[in-house]
Amino acid sequence: MSSTLLQFDNVSVKYGDFTAVSDVTMSFFEGSIIGLIGTNGAGKTSLMNAAMGLTPISSGKVSIAGEDITKVPVEKKLDYGMCLVPQGGHCFNRMSVQDNLLVGGISSKAKHGRDAKSMRSDNLEKVYDLFPILKEKANVPAGSLSGGQRQMVAIGRALMSSPKIILFDELSLGLAPVVVKDIYATIKKINETERTTIILIEQDTNRVLSMTDYAYIMLKGKVALEGDSDSLDPEEVKKAYFGI
Amino acid sequence: MYIVQVLVNGILLGGIYAGIGLGMSLILGIVKLTNLAHGEYIIMGAFLSSILTTALGIDPLLTLFVSVPTMFFFGYALQRVLINHGMKRGAEPALLVTFGISIILKDGMLMLFTPDARHVATSYSNSVVTVAGIDISLLNIILLIVCAVFIFVLKRFLEKTDIGRAIRATADDTEAAQLSGINVAHTFAIAMGIATAASAVAGTCVSMKWTFYPTSGGEYLLIAFVVVVISGLGDICGTLLAGVMFGLMQVIGGASYGRLISYIFLIVILVFNPRELMGRFLRDRRERSLSKKEVKADE
Repeated sequence: MSSTLLQFDNVSVKYGDFTAVSDVTMSFFEGSIIGLIGTNGAGKTSLMNAAMGLTPISSGKVSIAGEDITKVPVEKKLDYGMCLVPQGGHCFNRMSVQDNLLVGGISSKAKHGRDAKSMRSDNLEKVYDLFPILKEKANVPAGSLSGGQRQMVAIGRALMSSPKIILFDELSLGLAPVVVKDIYATIKKINETERTTIILIEQDTNRVLSMTDYAYIMLKGKVALEGDSDSLDPEEVKKAYFGI
Repeated sequence: MYIVQVLVNGILLGGIYAGIGLGMSLILGIVKLTNLAHGEYIIMGAFLSSILTTALGIDPLLTLFVSVPTMFFFGYALQRVLINHGMKRGAEPALLVTFGISIILKDGMLMLFTPDARHVATSYSNSVVTVAGIDISLLNIILLIVCAVFIFVLKRFLEKTDIGRAIRATADDTEAAQLSGINVAHTFAIAMGIATAASAVAGTCVSMKWTFYPTSGGEYLLIAFVVVVISGLGDICGTLLAGVMFGLMQVIGGASYGRLISYIFLIVILVFNPRELMGRFLRDRRERSLSKKEVKADE
Protein backbone atom coordinates (compact mmCIF):
# COMPACT_ATOMS: atom_id res chain seq x y z
CA MET A 1 0.00 0.00 0.00
CA SER A 2 1.40 3.39 -1.03
CA SER A 3 1.59 6.22 1.47
CA THR A 4 -0.52 9.36 1.25
CA LEU A 5 1.27 12.07 -0.69
CA LEU A 6 -1.34 14.82 -0.81
CA GLN A 7 -4.04 15.24 1.79
CA PHE A 8 -6.99 17.66 2.01
CA ASP A 9 -8.57 17.94 5.48
CA ASN A 10 -11.98 19.65 5.70
CA VAL A 11 -11.08 22.15 2.98
CA SER A 12 -13.61 24.91 2.21
CA VAL A 13 -13.34 27.62 -0.44
CA LYS A 14 -15.59 30.68 -0.53
CA TYR A 15 -16.01 33.52 -3.00
CA GLY A 16 -17.68 36.16 -0.87
CA ASP A 17 -20.94 34.59 0.37
CA PHE A 18 -20.83 31.77 -2.18
CA THR A 19 -19.34 28.48 -1.00
CA ALA A 20 -17.61 26.75 -3.94
CA VAL A 21 -16.06 23.90 -1.92
CA SER A 22 -17.48 22.74 1.39
CA ASP A 23 -15.62 20.67 3.99
CA VAL A 24 -13.84 18.36 1.54
CA THR A 25 -11.48 15.65 2.77
CA MET A 26 -9.43 13.70 0.21
CA SER A 27 -6.29 11.55 0.16
CA PHE A 28 -4.04 11.07 -2.87
CA PHE A 29 -1.68 8.12 -2.75
CA GLU A 30 1.89 8.20 -3.98
CA GLY A 31 2.37 6.85 -7.51
CA SER A 32 -1.33 6.52 -8.24
CA ILE A 33 -3.66 8.13 -10.78
CA ILE A 34 -6.68 9.71 -9.15
CA GLY A 35 -9.71 11.14 -10.90
CA LEU A 36 -11.70 14.13 -9.75
CA ILE A 37 -14.97 14.13 -11.67
CA GLY A 38 -17.90 16.49 -11.68
CA THR A 39 -20.11 18.73 -13.77
CA ASN A 40 -19.44 22.43 -14.35
CA GLY A 41 -19.61 24.26 -11.03
CA ALA A 42 -19.01 21.14 -8.94
CA GLY A 43 -16.00 22.83 -7.31
CA LYS A 44 -13.19 20.75 -8.87
CA THR A 45 -11.16 23.65 -10.26
CA SER A 46 -11.78 25.78 -7.16
CA LEU A 47 -10.48 22.97 -4.97
CA MET A 48 -7.34 22.47 -7.06
CA ASN A 49 -6.69 26.22 -7.40
CA ALA A 50 -7.00 26.50 -3.62
CA ALA A 51 -4.62 23.59 -3.12
CA MET A 52 -2.10 25.34 -5.37
CA GLY A 53 -2.54 28.68 -3.60
CA LEU A 54 -4.20 30.50 -6.51
CA THR A 55 -7.41 30.87 -4.49
CA PRO A 56 -7.40 31.38 -0.70
CA ILE A 57 -8.63 28.50 1.46
CA SER A 58 -11.40 29.61 3.86
CA SER A 59 -10.86 26.74 6.28
CA GLY A 60 -9.16 23.36 6.42
CA LYS A 61 -5.68 22.08 5.75
CA VAL A 62 -3.65 20.92 2.73
CA SER A 63 -0.57 18.83 3.42
CA ILE A 64 1.99 17.10 1.22
CA ALA A 65 3.94 14.16 2.64
CA GLY A 66 2.68 15.19 6.08
CA GLU A 67 3.89 18.79 5.78
CA ASP A 68 1.30 21.56 6.08
CA ILE A 69 1.37 23.66 2.87
CA THR A 70 -1.92 25.50 3.32
CA LYS A 71 -0.25 28.91 3.55
CA VAL A 72 2.61 28.24 1.11
CA PRO A 73 2.38 30.72 -1.80
CA VAL A 74 1.71 29.38 -5.29
CA GLU A 75 5.25 29.96 -6.62
CA LYS A 76 6.73 27.89 -3.74
CA LYS A 77 4.45 24.90 -4.34
CA LEU A 78 6.90 23.50 -6.92
CA ASP A 79 9.51 23.26 -4.15
CA TYR A 80 7.21 20.71 -2.51
CA GLY A 81 6.93 18.78 -5.78
CA MET A 82 3.38 19.95 -6.57
CA CYS A 83 2.46 21.26 -9.98
CA LEU A 84 -0.75 22.27 -11.80
CA VAL A 85 -1.40 22.18 -15.54
CA PRO A 86 -4.28 24.67 -15.75
CA GLN A 87 -7.29 24.57 -18.06
CA GLY A 88 -6.19 25.45 -21.60
CA GLY A 89 -2.52 24.91 -20.75
CA HIS A 90 -1.70 28.62 -20.40
CA CYS A 91 1.43 28.55 -22.55
CA PHE A 92 3.58 31.63 -22.84
CA ASN A 93 2.37 32.33 -26.36
CA ARG A 94 5.00 34.89 -27.39
CA MET A 95 7.88 32.68 -26.23
CA SER A 96 9.40 29.80 -28.16
CA VAL A 97 8.52 26.20 -27.26
CA GLN A 98 12.00 25.63 -25.81
CA ASP A 99 11.82 28.81 -23.71
CA ASN A 100 8.42 27.70 -22.39
CA LEU A 101 9.96 24.43 -21.27
CA LEU A 102 13.01 26.13 -19.78
CA VAL A 103 10.77 28.42 -17.72
CA GLY A 104 9.33 25.27 -16.13
CA GLY A 105 12.81 24.34 -14.94
CA ILE A 106 13.74 27.70 -13.38
CA SER A 107 12.51 26.79 -9.89
CA SER A 108 14.34 23.44 -9.87
CA LYS A 109 17.50 25.26 -10.93
CA ALA A 110 17.24 27.51 -7.89
CA LYS A 111 16.65 24.45 -5.67
CA HIS A 112 19.36 22.14 -6.97
CA GLY A 113 22.18 24.66 -7.46
CA ARG A 114 25.17 23.20 -9.29
CA ASP A 115 23.50 19.98 -10.46
CA ALA A 116 20.64 21.98 -11.89
CA LYS A 117 22.13 22.51 -15.36
CA SER A 118 22.54 18.80 -16.11
CA MET A 119 19.22 18.03 -14.43
CA ARG A 120 17.48 20.59 -16.60
CA SER A 121 19.02 19.33 -19.83
CA ASP A 122 18.11 15.75 -18.82
CA ASN A 123 14.54 16.82 -18.17
CA LEU A 124 14.43 18.69 -21.48
CA GLU A 125 15.55 15.54 -23.32
CA LYS A 126 12.91 13.49 -21.48
CA VAL A 127 10.21 15.95 -22.55
CA TYR A 128 11.44 15.85 -26.15
CA ASP A 129 11.42 12.02 -26.01
CA LEU A 130 7.81 12.08 -24.80
CA PHE A 131 6.74 14.70 -27.35
CA PRO A 132 9.10 14.56 -30.37
CA ILE A 133 7.01 17.19 -32.19
CA LEU A 134 8.09 19.76 -29.59
CA LYS A 135 11.75 19.22 -30.49
CA GLU A 136 10.92 19.90 -34.13
CA LYS A 137 9.13 23.09 -33.13
CA ALA A 138 11.59 24.13 -30.41
CA ASN A 139 12.11 27.62 -31.87
CA VAL A 140 8.50 28.25 -32.91
CA PRO A 141 6.39 30.63 -30.73
CA ALA A 142 4.04 28.54 -28.59
CA GLY A 143 1.12 30.75 -29.66
CA SER A 144 1.37 29.44 -33.23
CA LEU A 145 0.94 25.76 -32.20
CA SER A 146 -2.26 23.73 -32.35
CA GLY A 147 -4.34 23.20 -29.19
CA GLY A 148 -2.97 19.69 -28.68
CA GLN A 149 0.61 20.82 -29.13
CA ARG A 150 0.07 23.65 -26.65
CA GLN A 151 -1.16 21.10 -24.11
CA MET A 152 2.02 19.11 -24.76
CA VAL A 153 4.06 22.25 -24.02
CA ALA A 154 2.11 22.78 -20.78
CA ILE A 155 2.66 19.16 -19.71
CA GLY A 156 6.34 19.36 -20.68
CA ARG A 157 6.73 22.59 -18.73
CA ALA A 158 5.29 20.87 -15.66
CA LEU A 159 7.63 17.89 -16.07
CA MET A 160 10.68 20.18 -16.22
CA SER A 161 10.48 20.72 -12.44
CA SER A 162 10.56 16.93 -11.73
CA PRO A 163 7.30 17.08 -9.74
CA LYS A 164 6.07 14.38 -7.37
CA ILE A 165 2.44 15.16 -8.15
CA ILE A 166 0.81 16.82 -11.17
CA LEU A 167 -2.75 18.15 -11.23
CA PHE A 168 -4.27 18.21 -14.72
CA ASP A 169 -7.28 20.49 -14.99
CA GLU A 170 -9.58 19.48 -17.87
CA LEU A 171 -6.86 18.49 -20.32
CA SER A 172 -9.36 17.35 -22.92
CA LEU A 173 -11.13 20.73 -23.11
CA GLY A 174 -11.44 21.81 -26.77
CA LEU A 175 -9.22 19.03 -28.14
CA ALA A 176 -9.98 16.46 -30.83
CA PRO A 177 -10.69 12.95 -29.39
CA VAL A 178 -7.66 11.44 -31.14
CA VAL A 179 -5.38 14.08 -29.60
CA VAL A 180 -6.93 13.54 -26.16
CA LYS A 181 -6.30 9.79 -26.49
CA ASP A 182 -2.61 10.37 -27.27
CA ILE A 183 -2.17 12.84 -24.43
CA TYR A 184 -3.81 10.49 -21.92
CA ALA A 185 -1.57 7.66 -23.10
CA THR A 186 1.44 9.89 -22.44
CA ILE A 187 0.16 10.74 -18.95
CA LYS A 188 -0.15 7.03 -18.19
CA LYS A 189 3.42 6.60 -19.40
CA ILE A 190 4.64 9.45 -17.14
CA ASN A 191 2.95 7.77 -14.18
CA GLU A 192 4.47 4.37 -14.97
CA THR A 193 8.02 5.49 -15.71
CA GLU A 194 8.48 8.33 -13.21
CA ARG A 195 6.05 7.12 -10.52
CA THR A 196 4.56 10.62 -10.59
CA THR A 197 1.23 10.91 -8.82
CA ILE A 198 -1.40 12.18 -11.23
CA ILE A 199 -4.69 13.92 -10.45
CA LEU A 200 -7.05 14.18 -13.41
CA ILE A 201 -9.81 16.75 -13.10
CA GLU A 202 -12.36 15.98 -15.78
CA GLN A 203 -16.02 15.95 -16.77
CA ASP A 204 -15.66 12.80 -18.89
CA THR A 205 -16.56 10.07 -16.38
CA ASN A 206 -15.89 7.04 -18.58
CA ARG A 207 -12.45 8.16 -19.68
CA VAL A 208 -11.33 8.99 -16.14
CA LEU A 209 -12.69 5.83 -14.55
CA SER A 210 -11.02 3.70 -17.22
CA MET A 211 -7.54 5.02 -16.52
CA THR A 212 -7.49 5.96 -12.80
CA ASP A 213 -6.90 3.88 -9.68
CA TYR A 214 -9.27 5.87 -7.48
CA ALA A 215 -11.91 8.49 -8.16
CA TYR A 216 -13.78 11.24 -6.37
CA ILE A 217 -17.07 12.49 -7.77
CA MET A 218 -17.91 16.02 -6.70
CA LEU A 219 -21.30 17.71 -6.68
CA LYS A 220 -22.08 21.23 -5.51
CA GLY A 221 -18.75 21.61 -3.71
CA LYS A 222 -18.90 18.31 -1.83
CA VAL A 223 -17.66 14.76 -2.38
CA ALA A 224 -20.76 12.86 -3.53
CA LEU A 225 -19.04 9.51 -4.13
CA GLU A 226 -15.56 8.02 -3.90
CA GLY A 227 -13.96 4.64 -4.38
CA ASP A 228 -11.65 2.43 -6.44
CA SER A 229 -12.35 3.31 -10.06
CA ASP A 230 -12.90 -0.28 -11.18
CA SER A 231 -15.34 -1.06 -8.38
CA LEU A 232 -17.61 1.99 -8.64
CA ASP A 233 -21.15 1.12 -9.69
CA PRO A 234 -22.05 3.01 -12.92
CA GLU A 235 -25.57 3.72 -11.64
CA GLU A 236 -24.24 5.22 -8.41
CA VAL A 237 -21.71 7.23 -10.41
CA LYS A 238 -24.51 8.60 -12.58
CA LYS A 239 -26.57 9.56 -9.51
CA ALA A 240 -23.60 11.20 -7.80
CA TYR A 241 -22.55 13.03 -10.97
CA PHE A 242 -25.95 14.51 -11.78
CA GLY A 243 -27.32 14.63 -8.22
CA ILE A 244 -30.39 12.58 -9.05
CA MET B 1 22.57 66.11 -50.20
CA TYR B 2 20.29 68.07 -47.87
CA ILE B 3 17.89 65.13 -47.65
CA VAL B 4 20.72 62.74 -46.76
CA GLN B 5 21.91 65.20 -44.11
CA VAL B 6 18.40 65.35 -42.61
CA LEU B 7 18.09 61.55 -42.66
CA VAL B 8 21.44 61.07 -40.92
CA ASN B 9 20.63 63.67 -38.26
CA GLY B 10 17.19 62.14 -37.68
CA ILE B 11 18.55 58.60 -37.34
CA LEU B 12 21.24 59.72 -34.90
CA LEU B 13 18.77 61.70 -32.80
CA GLY B 14 16.43 58.70 -32.85
CA GLY B 15 18.91 56.64 -30.85
CA ILE B 16 18.47 58.95 -27.86
CA TYR B 17 14.68 58.94 -28.24
CA ALA B 18 14.77 55.14 -28.25
CA GLY B 19 16.75 55.25 -25.00
CA ILE B 20 14.16 57.62 -23.52
CA GLY B 21 11.28 55.30 -24.49
CA LEU B 22 12.95 52.00 -23.58
CA GLY B 23 12.24 51.99 -19.82
CA MET B 24 8.62 53.02 -20.34
CA SER B 25 8.13 50.32 -22.98
CA LEU B 26 9.54 47.62 -20.69
CA ILE B 27 7.36 48.58 -17.74
CA LEU B 28 4.19 48.88 -19.80
CA GLY B 29 4.93 45.59 -21.58
CA ILE B 30 5.98 43.54 -18.55
CA VAL B 31 4.41 45.04 -15.43
CA LYS B 32 1.42 46.50 -17.36
CA LEU B 33 1.95 49.72 -15.44
CA THR B 34 1.97 53.29 -16.74
CA ASN B 35 4.93 54.71 -14.88
CA LEU B 36 4.29 58.44 -14.54
CA ALA B 37 7.64 58.85 -12.76
CA HIS B 38 9.59 57.72 -15.85
CA GLY B 39 10.56 61.29 -16.80
CA GLU B 40 11.85 61.97 -13.29
CA TYR B 41 13.95 58.77 -13.40
CA ILE B 42 15.59 60.12 -16.57
CA ILE B 43 16.29 63.48 -14.92
CA MET B 44 17.68 61.66 -11.85
CA GLY B 45 19.99 59.80 -14.22
CA ALA B 46 21.01 63.11 -15.77
CA PHE B 47 21.78 64.64 -12.36
CA LEU B 48 23.72 61.54 -11.29
CA SER B 49 25.78 61.82 -14.46
CA SER B 50 26.34 65.55 -13.91
CA ILE B 51 27.37 65.15 -10.25
CA LEU B 52 29.72 62.22 -10.89
CA THR B 53 31.33 63.89 -13.91
CA THR B 54 32.04 67.04 -11.87
CA ALA B 55 33.18 65.16 -8.74
CA LEU B 56 35.39 62.58 -10.43
CA GLY B 57 36.47 64.55 -13.48
CA ILE B 58 35.72 61.65 -15.80
CA ASP B 59 33.88 61.32 -19.12
CA PRO B 60 30.09 61.33 -18.48
CA LEU B 61 29.73 57.98 -20.24
CA LEU B 62 32.00 56.37 -17.63
CA THR B 63 29.55 57.50 -14.92
CA LEU B 64 27.17 54.84 -16.32
CA PHE B 65 29.20 52.20 -14.42
CA VAL B 66 27.92 53.83 -11.22
CA SER B 67 24.57 55.30 -12.25
CA VAL B 68 23.20 52.16 -13.97
CA PRO B 69 23.57 49.84 -10.91
CA THR B 70 22.50 52.64 -8.53
CA MET B 71 19.33 53.32 -10.52
CA PHE B 72 18.67 49.56 -10.85
CA PHE B 73 18.58 49.13 -7.06
CA PHE B 74 16.55 52.33 -6.67
CA GLY B 75 13.94 51.06 -9.14
CA TYR B 76 13.95 47.55 -7.62
CA ALA B 77 13.36 48.94 -4.11
CA LEU B 78 10.61 51.33 -5.23
CA GLN B 79 8.72 48.53 -6.99
CA ARG B 80 9.16 46.05 -4.13
CA VAL B 81 8.35 48.46 -1.30
CA LEU B 82 5.77 50.79 -2.85
CA ILE B 83 4.41 49.99 -6.30
CA ASN B 84 3.77 46.24 -5.83
CA HIS B 85 1.51 47.10 -2.88
CA GLY B 86 -0.38 49.60 -5.03
CA MET B 87 -0.74 47.01 -7.80
CA LYS B 88 -2.42 44.56 -5.41
CA ARG B 89 -5.29 47.05 -5.22
CA GLY B 90 -5.59 47.51 -8.99
CA ALA B 91 -4.17 49.54 -11.86
CA GLU B 92 -5.44 52.96 -10.70
CA PRO B 93 -3.84 52.91 -7.20
CA ALA B 94 -0.52 51.83 -8.77
CA LEU B 95 -0.78 54.68 -11.30
CA LEU B 96 -1.37 57.12 -8.45
CA VAL B 97 1.64 55.71 -6.58
CA THR B 98 3.88 56.45 -9.59
CA PHE B 99 2.32 59.95 -9.81
CA GLY B 100 3.19 60.46 -6.13
CA ILE B 101 6.74 59.21 -6.72
CA SER B 102 7.04 61.63 -9.65
CA ILE B 103 6.02 64.62 -7.45
CA ILE B 104 8.32 63.60 -4.58
CA LEU B 105 11.29 63.10 -6.91
CA LYS B 106 10.65 66.38 -8.75
CA ASP B 107 10.38 68.40 -5.52
CA GLY B 108 13.30 66.53 -3.99
CA MET B 109 15.51 67.41 -6.97
CA LEU B 110 14.29 71.03 -6.85
CA MET B 111 15.34 71.24 -3.20
CA LEU B 112 18.68 69.58 -3.78
CA PHE B 113 19.75 71.07 -7.09
CA THR B 114 17.73 74.36 -7.45
CA PRO B 115 15.67 75.02 -10.62
CA ASP B 116 18.75 76.07 -12.62
CA ALA B 117 19.30 74.45 -16.00
CA ARG B 118 22.33 72.17 -16.31
CA HIS B 119 24.31 70.59 -19.09
CA VAL B 120 27.22 68.17 -19.16
CA ALA B 121 29.79 69.30 -21.69
CA THR B 122 32.62 67.16 -23.05
CA SER B 123 35.59 67.76 -25.31
CA TYR B 124 33.62 66.21 -28.19
CA SER B 125 30.29 67.92 -27.53
CA ASN B 126 30.61 70.19 -30.56
CA SER B 127 32.87 68.03 -32.72
CA VAL B 128 31.68 67.31 -36.24
CA VAL B 129 32.82 64.53 -38.54
CA THR B 130 32.42 65.12 -42.29
CA VAL B 131 31.77 62.01 -44.38
CA ALA B 132 31.14 62.41 -48.15
CA GLY B 133 30.10 66.00 -47.65
CA ILE B 134 27.69 65.20 -44.80
CA ASP B 135 28.34 66.77 -41.40
CA ILE B 136 27.74 64.34 -38.58
CA SER B 137 27.80 65.30 -34.90
CA LEU B 138 30.33 63.07 -33.11
CA LEU B 139 28.28 63.33 -29.89
CA ASN B 140 25.15 62.08 -31.69
CA ILE B 141 27.08 59.11 -33.14
CA ILE B 142 28.41 58.20 -29.69
CA LEU B 143 25.00 58.51 -28.03
CA LEU B 144 23.35 56.41 -30.75
CA ILE B 145 26.01 53.71 -30.23
CA VAL B 146 25.52 53.83 -26.42
CA CYS B 147 21.74 53.44 -26.72
CA ALA B 148 21.96 50.77 -29.45
CA VAL B 149 24.51 48.74 -27.42
CA PHE B 150 22.33 48.98 -24.30
CA ILE B 151 19.27 47.88 -26.28
CA PHE B 152 21.20 44.98 -27.86
CA VAL B 153 22.60 43.81 -24.49
CA LEU B 154 19.17 44.06 -22.89
CA LYS B 155 17.58 42.08 -25.73
CA ARG B 156 20.18 39.31 -25.39
CA PHE B 157 19.71 39.34 -21.61
CA LEU B 158 15.94 38.90 -21.92
CA GLU B 159 16.34 36.13 -24.53
CA LYS B 160 19.21 34.11 -23.12
CA THR B 161 19.06 34.23 -19.32
CA ASP B 162 16.66 32.62 -16.85
CA ILE B 163 15.82 36.01 -15.34
CA GLY B 164 15.03 37.26 -18.85
CA ARG B 165 12.82 34.22 -19.52
CA ALA B 166 11.08 34.73 -16.17
CA ILE B 167 10.44 38.39 -17.06
CA ARG B 168 9.04 37.48 -20.51
CA ALA B 169 6.93 34.67 -19.04
CA THR B 170 5.48 36.98 -16.40
CA ALA B 171 4.69 39.56 -19.09
CA ASP B 172 2.93 36.88 -21.15
CA ASP B 173 0.82 35.15 -18.46
CA THR B 174 1.26 36.09 -14.80
CA GLU B 175 -0.73 33.15 -13.41
CA ALA B 176 1.09 30.56 -15.51
CA ALA B 177 4.39 32.15 -14.46
CA GLN B 178 3.43 31.74 -10.80
CA LEU B 179 2.49 28.12 -11.45
CA SER B 180 5.96 27.66 -12.98
CA GLY B 181 7.54 28.75 -9.69
CA ILE B 182 8.28 32.37 -10.63
CA ASN B 183 8.02 34.94 -7.84
CA VAL B 184 6.05 37.63 -9.65
CA ALA B 185 6.69 40.42 -7.11
CA HIS B 186 10.45 39.87 -7.41
CA THR B 187 10.26 39.64 -11.22
CA PHE B 188 8.28 42.89 -11.46
CA ALA B 189 10.88 44.57 -9.23
CA ILE B 190 13.73 43.32 -11.44
CA ALA B 191 11.87 44.62 -14.52
CA MET B 192 11.45 48.01 -12.83
CA GLY B 193 15.14 47.93 -11.87
CA ILE B 194 16.09 47.32 -15.51
CA ALA B 195 13.73 50.10 -16.66
CA THR B 196 15.23 52.61 -14.22
CA ALA B 197 18.72 51.48 -15.25
CA ALA B 198 17.67 52.21 -18.86
CA SER B 199 16.52 55.63 -17.62
CA ALA B 200 20.03 56.20 -16.22
CA VAL B 201 21.44 55.59 -19.71
CA ALA B 202 18.82 57.89 -21.23
CA GLY B 203 19.50 60.49 -18.52
CA THR B 204 23.23 60.52 -19.27
CA CYS B 205 22.46 60.99 -22.98
CA VAL B 206 20.00 63.80 -22.16
CA SER B 207 22.57 65.54 -19.91
CA MET B 208 25.15 65.44 -22.71
CA LYS B 209 22.79 66.45 -25.51
CA TRP B 210 20.46 69.06 -24.01
CA THR B 211 20.07 71.24 -20.94
CA PHE B 212 17.96 69.79 -18.16
CA TYR B 213 16.45 70.91 -14.87
CA PRO B 214 14.47 69.20 -12.08
CA THR B 215 11.08 69.91 -13.66
CA SER B 216 11.87 68.79 -17.21
CA GLY B 217 10.86 65.16 -16.59
CA GLY B 218 7.38 65.67 -18.07
CA GLU B 219 8.90 66.53 -21.44
CA TYR B 220 10.71 63.17 -21.57
CA LEU B 221 7.68 61.28 -20.27
CA LEU B 222 5.76 62.58 -23.30
CA ILE B 223 8.53 61.53 -25.70
CA ALA B 224 8.58 58.09 -24.06
CA PHE B 225 4.82 57.74 -24.54
CA VAL B 226 5.11 58.59 -28.23
CA VAL B 227 7.96 56.09 -28.76
CA VAL B 228 6.00 53.37 -26.95
CA VAL B 229 2.85 53.99 -28.97
CA ILE B 230 4.79 53.79 -32.25
CA SER B 231 6.86 50.76 -31.25
CA GLY B 232 4.41 48.59 -29.36
CA LEU B 233 4.60 47.47 -25.76
CA GLY B 234 7.77 45.71 -24.70
CA ASP B 235 9.16 45.41 -28.23
CA ILE B 236 12.78 46.36 -27.69
CA CYS B 237 13.92 46.47 -31.34
CA GLY B 238 10.68 48.25 -32.18
CA THR B 239 11.66 50.91 -29.63
CA LEU B 240 14.87 51.61 -31.53
CA LEU B 241 13.02 51.89 -34.86
CA ALA B 242 10.28 54.05 -33.31
CA GLY B 243 12.93 56.33 -31.80
CA VAL B 244 14.55 56.73 -35.21
CA MET B 245 11.17 57.53 -36.84
CA PHE B 246 10.39 60.07 -34.13
CA GLY B 247 13.87 61.56 -34.54
CA LEU B 248 13.40 61.84 -38.32
CA MET B 249 10.09 63.69 -37.87
CA GLN B 250 11.75 66.08 -35.43
CA VAL B 251 14.60 66.86 -37.82
CA ILE B 252 12.32 67.18 -40.85
CA GLY B 253 10.15 69.68 -38.96
CA GLY B 254 13.17 71.59 -37.71
CA ALA B 255 13.24 73.72 -34.56
CA SER B 256 9.90 75.40 -35.32
CA TYR B 257 7.71 72.50 -36.45
CA GLY B 258 9.60 69.41 -35.22
CA ARG B 259 7.30 68.66 -32.30
CA LEU B 260 4.17 69.51 -34.30
CA ILE B 261 5.10 67.14 -37.15
CA SER B 262 6.08 64.38 -34.67
CA TYR B 263 2.71 64.50 -32.94
CA ILE B 264 0.82 64.70 -36.25
CA PHE B 265 2.78 61.57 -37.23
CA LEU B 266 1.68 59.96 -33.96
CA ILE B 267 -1.96 60.78 -34.69
CA VAL B 268 -1.59 59.35 -38.21
CA ILE B 269 -0.28 56.12 -36.70
CA LEU B 270 -3.09 55.97 -34.15
CA VAL B 271 -5.71 56.54 -36.85
CA PHE B 272 -4.36 54.23 -39.54
CA ASN B 273 -2.57 51.60 -37.50
CA PRO B 274 -3.49 51.52 -33.86
CA ARG B 275 -2.09 48.01 -33.50
CA GLU B 276 1.41 49.25 -32.82
CA LEU B 277 2.95 49.76 -36.22
CA MET B 278 6.49 48.69 -35.49
CA GLY B 279 5.70 45.84 -33.11
CA ARG B 280 3.30 44.28 -35.60
CA PHE B 281 5.72 44.71 -38.49
CA LEU B 282 8.50 42.99 -36.57
CA ARG B 283 6.25 40.23 -35.27
CA ASP B 284 4.92 39.54 -38.78
CA ARG B 285 8.45 39.41 -40.15
CA ARG B 286 9.52 37.05 -37.38
CA GLU B 287 6.54 34.76 -37.97
CA ARG B 288 7.14 34.80 -41.75
CA SER B 289 10.75 33.75 -41.28
CA LEU B 290 9.71 31.03 -38.82
CA SER B 291 7.08 29.61 -41.16
CA LYS B 292 9.62 29.65 -44.01
CA LYS B 293 11.95 27.61 -41.81
CA GLU B 294 9.12 25.20 -41.02
CA VAL B 295 8.30 24.75 -44.71
CA LYS B 296 11.96 24.02 -45.42
CA ALA B 297 12.03 21.51 -42.54
CA ASP B 298 8.88 19.82 -43.87
CA GLU B 299 10.45 19.54 -47.32
